[in-house]
Amino acid sequence: MPDLATSFAGIRSPNPFWLASGPPANCGDQVMRAFDAGWGGAVWKTLGEPIVNVSSRYSSVDWAGQRMMGLNNIELITDRPLETNLREIAEVKKRYPKHAVIASLMVESKREAWHEIVKRAEGAGADGLELNFGCPHGMSERGMGAAVGQVPEYTYMITEWVREVARTPVLVKLTPNITDIRTVARAARRGGADALSAINTINSITGIDLDTLTPRPDVGRASSHGGYCGPAVKPIALHLVEQIASDAEVGLPISGIGGIAGWREAAEFMLLGCGTVQVCTAVMHHGYRIVEDMIDGLENWMAEKGFQTIEDFRGLSIAKITDWKHLDLNYKIVARIHDDLCIGCDLCYIACWDGAHQCIHREGYAKPEAAEAASRASIAVTPIARLDALATAGAGKTPPERIPRVDEAECVGCNLCWLVCPVPGCITMDRIETGRAPQSWEQRVAGGRG
Amino acid sequence: MTQVLAPDHQHEERFADLHPPLDGTSALAEASRCLYCYDAPCTAACPTHIDVPRFIKKIFSGNLRGSALTILDANVLGLSCSRVCPVDVLCEGACVLHRYNQKPIEIGRLQRHALDRFYEKPDPQWSVIRAPARTARVACVGGGPASLACAAELRRHGFPVVVFDNRPLPGGLNTYGVAQYKLRPVDSLREVDLVRSLGVEFRQAEVGGELSLEQLEAEFALIFLGMGLGAMHRLGIPGEQLRGVIDALSFIERYKTNADFRPGRCVVVIGGGNTAIDAANAALRLGAEEVHVYYRRSEREMPAFKAEFERSKREGVRFHWMRQPVEILGADGHAVSVKFVETCLGAADAAGRRSIVPVEDSFYYEACDLLIPAIGQSRLTELLETSRAISLEGGMVAVDRPTGRTSNPLYYAGGDCVNGGREVVDAVADGKRAALAMAARLEEKLNA
Repeated sequence: MPDLATSFAGIRSPNPFWLASGPPANCGDQVMRAFDAGWGGAVWKTLGEPIVNVSSRYSSVDWAGQRMMGLNNIELITDRPLETNLREIAEVKKRYPKHAVIASLMVESKREAWHEIVKRAEGAGADGLELNFGCPHGMSERGMGAAVGQVPEYTYMITEWVREVARTPVLVKLTPNITDIRTVARAARRGGADALSAINTINSITGIDLDTLTPRPDVGRASSHGGYCGPAVKPIALHLVEQIASDAEVGLPISGIGGIAGWREAAEFMLLGCGTVQVCTAVMHHGYRIVEDMIDGLENWMAEKGFQTIEDFRGLSIAKITDWKHLDLNYKIVARIHDDLCIGCDLCYIACWDGAHQCIHREGYAKPEAAEAASRASIAVTPIARLDALATAGAGKTPPERIPRVDEAECVGCNLCWLVCPVPGCITMDRIETGRAPQSWEQRVAGGRG
Repeated sequence: MTQVLAPDHQHEERFADLHPPLDGTSALAEASRCLYCYDAPCTAACPTHIDVPRFIKKIFSGNLRGSALTILDANVLGLSCSRVCPVDVLCEGACVLHRYNQKPIEIGRLQRHALDRFYEKPDPQWSVIRAPARTARVACVGGGPASLACAAELRRHGFPVVVFDNRPLPGGLNTYGVAQYKLRPVDSLREVDLVRSLGVEFRQAEVGGELSLEQLEAEFALIFLGMGLGAMHRLGIPGEQLRGVIDALSFIERYKTNADFRPGRCVVVIGGGNTAIDAANAALRLGAEEVHVYYRRSEREMPAFKAEFERSKREGVRFHWMRQPVEILGADGHAVSVKFVETCLGAADAAGRRSIVPVEDSFYYEACDLLIPAIGQSRLTELLETSRAISLEGGMVAVDRPTGRTSNPLYYAGGDCVNGGREVVDAVADGKRAALAMAARLEEKLNA
């Protein structure tokens, strides 16, 4: 059986699944219940000078009948007294010595303030510190959070202050709300960070109530931009993680964050170099219990792939991401529709015509509109046994005229038809031998044929 | 008669919706399952070609008015169709999800969802005619689905239309002949009101009786025949005149218009079609203890839709195959039992339909309090042919299918009198096609 035990920048935990700093890690009772459910670690909701929150703090984007494809929040750091949080951290560490408890920190940009909070968090028994330089709303208006993380010099300065007194590993949590995340990651490295957490939430306005015309969340007929997270942000997070993971000047362990809801996403972040992953939205949606399948599913996948530890596969996909100019221009695939699986929805057909390259056709029709017009002009009647010889032959099978054909000579292999097809395996993108040696754009330009 | 068309509470309970409405959340969840097929098979399978994926998408986007208008544009009787259509052999039968090992989209119930919302409050904007007003007038004979659809479409093209119906209330079989648990008269009449709101005029008159077709020809540029079929076939056996013998359509009309009507303890229905099943189910719901359906062929030959048959069995109706009534016996002028003979199937005719051969000495008797023959409606008389030169074919009006045009250029026709008795949606499609052809013809005349 694979072993999920993790050592991340010197912080040990029974598995790589940590609660991200947020509402699920707000108090000791929650964190202990999470550990009982199977979580390997928790990044405590950010400690600092207690604040006052607004009521009405979250809003979401629903998609295709599913709730919370993306979640937005305008909640600030902890609103509990620092002493209470520290007492509970100590209590949790006493009861769960093998689990990782990381203290997320955010105080005003003064050296003494940072020294003070670092000492107190470590005094309570925290296994590590995560510097919250990413929170994009509210705190940033007070010169904290993203206001620090968006300026490499500030990131460098505060990381260095923390490093001056810290005895435990220091993680810097990065904001995605910046043009090039690598500049801040490098600054954190120079300041002495032991690891990075990425990403924090993305600036967002989730939507507007079309009755009141007020954006959500509605705080007494006004709103404020918030931080976006949940499944929707995963692709953005993966890209930013890959950028820092592949940057030679950064070279730090990464704790991946952003849209992780199950073992699949966790594996993806790890394949791009993450040593641990952090989860918040999925727990807010379904509770701590989701960790069971994260562990189970990851173990099963690892066993199937022959990976014993996370180190066996961590970062394996990084080398597979390259600049576009290195991709092989002579690699050729075409779409093939497998008639036996086609259900005749013709979504590939209209997608190719309206959204791609007009190379999927229906027998007898020059254009999609002609096929539609023919259907509308047809005379259909209710089949009635008494009046009709019922045409039962071929019932249940897709009528051949509804199965589209790919003009392979015209197909550019864009994948769109395969993406829209609802039936797995019905459309495959098959490799075509062009007989030409691989050649990238860079090579082609160098050969003077750009 | 008319006031009882709004039945009492008990009646409502007894004839609770066959397919209850979806609530908003279920409708959204169901709508989200629709793949939004291109040139969708459900749309092609619908005789009126309602753009199904489009109206479902609009439900999902929260545009319920747009959804209802999409349906009504194609089928002004979309509400009754959503309730009475045999969807499993039409739109839902064509749904591609069958081939994806999934349940088809519940198109009928989604359609009802959109239209129930539309009918909740008046939408005067819908009734505004955008076409220029025309002068050529059209008469529609019969007030059922074919004429209603025809009249609505012609009004939308600006033509004045009068619908002639011999009953106190328009709507035809939608009002009087559809099983109560599928469609209540009040719902049929809401659709009539919608058609009326377009400016269609309704007159109660017996065309061919007090009002002759010649008179209509004098007053109207074109005439649409949508009068349906004739009275129900009689069994043609002794005892048919007894009290306690009532044909299926009359039975359905009676219970729909009289909430106090009771069928007695034991009911016998003769026939194997959908109307026989509607009558049998209704008899059970009205309190009959036993309801027996007798059909002279076997289950295999039964013309009723499979879904209707299966549902009826679940309701408790008992079916008997290969039995033919030969005599109805009475006491004090009231039917008390039926004499049956067993049958077997003989040689097949040219159409492949096998003949019925009585089995010798196989007579037996079944007691009954009510006997309901449900063996189809009679065809039209030769009168149309001889007096107005409108060709008939097998007792039905012969038409050019795409236009509904008859052999007499003044007349168009559609619905049961043309198709021999299909569904509401077929009648609507016929009426709409004829209306479009008539409008084109009248516009042509105008421009000539």
